Amino acid sequence: MENSLTLNKKKSVWKRIKSNVSSYVMIAPFGIFFILFWMIPVIGAIFLSFTSFNMLELPVWAGLSNYQRMLLEDDVFFTVLSNTIVFAVVTGPLGYIFSFFFAWLINDMGRILRPIFTFFFYAPTLAGATYMVWTFLFSNNQYGFLNGTLMNLGLISEPVLWLSDETIVMYVIIIVQLWLSLGTGFLAFIAGFQSMDKSLFEAGAIDGVKNRWQELRYITIPQMAPQLMFSAVMQISATFAVGDIIMALAGSPTTNYAADVLVTYMKDLSTVRFELGYACTVATFLFILMIILNNIITTVLRKYSTDD
Amino acid sequence: MKLPRIRIFKESVNRSTAGNVAIFIILLLFAAFFLLPVIYVIMSAFKPLDEILIFPPRFFVRHPTTTNFTQLGIYVNDFWVPLSRYIFNSVFMTVLGVGGGLVFGSMAAYPLSKHKFPGKAVFNQIIVLSLLFSAAVTEVPRYIVMSVMGLIDTQWSIILPACGATLGLYLMRNFIGQINNSMIEAARIDGCSEFGIYNKIIMPNVKPAWLTVLVLTFNTTWNNQGTTFIYTENLKGLANIITQLNSGGTARLGLAAAATLIMMLPPMIFFLFSQNMIVETMSTSGLKE
Repeated sequence: MENSLTLNKKKSVWKRIKSNVSSYVMIAPFGIFFILFWMIPVIGAIFLSFTSFNMLELPVWAGLSNYQRMLLEDDVFFTVLSNTIVFAVVTGPLGYIFSFFFAWLINDMGRILRPIFTFFFYAPTLAGATYMVWTFLFSNNQYGFLNGTLMNLGLISEPVLWLSDETIVMYVIIIVQLWLSLGTGFLAFIAGFQSMDKSLFEAGAIDGVKNRWQELRYITIPQMAPQLMFSAVMQISATFAVGDIIMALAGSPTTNYAADVLVTYMKDLSTVRFELGYACTVATFLFILMIILNNIITTVLRKYSTDD
Repeated sequence: MKLPRIRIFKESVNRSTAGNVAIFIILLLFAAFFLLPVIYVIMSAFKPLDEILIFPPRFFVRHPTTTNFTQLGIYVNDFWVPLSRYIFNSVFMTVLGVGGGLVFGSMAAYPLSKHKFPGKAVFNQIIVLSLLFSAAVTEVPRYIVMSVMGLIDTQWSIILPACGATLGLYLMRNFIGQINNSMIEAARIDGCSEFGIYNKIIMPNVKPAWLTVLVLTFNTTWNNQGTTFIYTENLKGLANIITQLNSGGTARLGLAAAATLIMMLPPMIFFLFSQNMIVETMSTSGLKE
């Protein structure tokens, strides 16, 4: 009896698959590229993290030795991990708050000013490779804009090694990353504010909402929950991806790994030292870190948005 | 004749003019932080060499000149790869990568949004989860996949992953979600195939989403230096030139700025002309679970 039931159920699933062939066919082309270039790398990295692999020979099973090395023996890993955490703790939330806050302020501008300000704030992201300009602003020699200006004002007597000094370089990169922090999440907020139902605010005003802060707290934020979630995901994704900027500004690897993060360390391990198995161990660690963080943040956001 | 009233600020309840002015000033101050480096690039691109090497450095250009641009052409011709080749490469990779992402992405977005089939929920969850994993984070394992497939040092190493990037798919899927079901039902009753519906109803209605995804992905592909996967100089894109000029030090600042200016214009112009449609699309970008 039970058997025939599950059989029936199986059959009906198969029938439903068959009757929806067109859906699968339409997903297939995208799916193939997605699986090959996004899914297999992530799953493959988890597998390779248990192997010793140098790209020239086939991977050799190494058990947990890579994890042992990472967590117990590798000092550089801990430097890089703490850099990643410091970097993420500063630029992640700040970038998120910037995106929300500026989108909120811009929303109070009129039809003409709003798109202009949106463009101004989004310009760094659009300009992409333009972050190279920061190498000129923060150049180590006296021709660098900042050095030259400070020297001229007599504030410093010799050029500051902004991009080589271990104690300074991290701050410089944080500033540059904040400059680039208004990305896709910012656009989502801009759009979210604009598409809000106006009658809600009028109803709120009747119910005693007195100023824009109260409006934000009691009407806007609860309505923005989906955008807040989406932007959080984009923010986590962007925060841990910062690698090109560091390599462009401070070199690869940076002086004593002072500004290296997990992404650049992975690259160093794989392209310079050909320790791909170990690089995949670091990658797996990063994936797990991101997923845990994402789960925490979405849980908090969901709870907050349903409370109101 | 009655002139239309220009509203400087949005008219809404609970807004004081003083507050609006304060916000305007705050925005101006921060806009300076976000814009000044971009303006510095524009200024430097038009500076003659003596103004670049001057001490103390000046922000503004005194005697604007176009020598940097002509010099850039000459300098780049000294590479054994002509500038036109770099431009062709960038355009080629961007058009195929962005185009592929749009076509394949929108085709997959329709069933993921409107159809009911076994596995749909799992697919959608994977897509949301994959938004977390940026290209940079997955680069090392992707390198291994590429080399197994023999794609290293080909332009396909840039183009093919762009055809399977999920941000575009996600945005288009959400946007398609708000298309009226009755239109689709009517077409189905008229005997239209699913591909026909995609072609005749979905495509014309998702134009704003197309454009948004275009702007977002154009930007990343256009600025992709591709140096991780491509070694052969005459296969690399334009972004690569900037890195090279930049390593030339201060004397090359003018040239690097000119090249940077050329690079950043296309995405900016794109964005300026499509902002309304981008806002329309992004208003459906929210993550609902």
